[in-house]
Amino acid sequence: MIQNIPLSYFLVISTLMFFIGIYGFLTRRNLITMLMSIELILNSVNINFVAFNRYLYPQHLEGHFFMLIVIAVAAAEAAVAIAIIINIYRNFKSIDVENVDEMKY
Amino acid sequence: MVNEVMFYLIGAMILIFSVLTVTSRRILRAAVYLLFVLISTAGLYFMMNYNFLAAVQLTVYAGGIVVLIIFSILLTSHLSERAAMATVKQSLLSALATLAGATLTLMTILRFSFIPNPGTDPQLTITDIGNSLVSYNRDGYALPFEVASVLLLAAMIGAIVVAKKERTLKQ
Repeated sequence: MIQNIPLSYFLVISTLMFFIGIYGFLTRRNLITMLMSIELILNSVNINFVAFNRYLYPQHLEGHFFMLIVIAVAAAEAAVAIAIIINIYRNFKSIDVENVDEMKY
Repeated sequence: MVNEVMFYLIGAMILIFSVLTVTSRRILRAAVYLLFVLISTAGLYFMMNYNFLAAVQLTVYAGGIVVLIIFSILLTSHLSERAAMATVKQSLLSALATLAGATLTLMTILRFSFIPNPGTDPQLTITDIGNSLVSYNRDGYALPFEVASVLLLAAMIGAIVVAKKERTLKQ
């Protein structure tokens, strides 16, 4: 199904997605939207793993398992980050990074 | 021909919705755009004939993480609220840095010629993936599987402890 599509097209898409995620991480001021930018970055890395596995080593499974591990780490990271964000909201009544400027409360 | 059209369509969807995810001022809409990005990525995996990975992407990412994010948005912000963004100067500088990084990486990628493996379409079944996931031989991945499970357990317990309401001593 991908005979006429070179590998570099997938890499271009994932590179652009990675840097869009970095742009969002730099410009957003809300903790949840920053978390969403991180999800974009992790997702672009997954595309790279899977595309390399499909094009260069189709008889191996390394890319599959790297992608599954990255997804597991992303799920764990999202759960812990959201717990921290909800705790911050309880203490500061806001989740903008500008307002959260002290560690002790 | 049809494949190329599908690929360009999915690629355009991914890029457009990624940009909307990081620029939308409404947080809930940004989360829905993120959902579209993740679903289009599952489309890419389907194009590569990796059905299991596409299914995992749809269930864990699009089904699990996005729902978690939407829940936390509803818990922490009002729907009519607009997200605060960086100042114009900060946005311009970040865009400049991002463009420089993207240009450098794209030039490097496009200059290198990858030689694809001339093998035929691999007929992977879920049985193959499952067997190699729990085997400890040369092509087995039992250790990363166990590490991921312990990591998930620790993360879930940690999330519960962090998000738990603290009981004050007086009550």
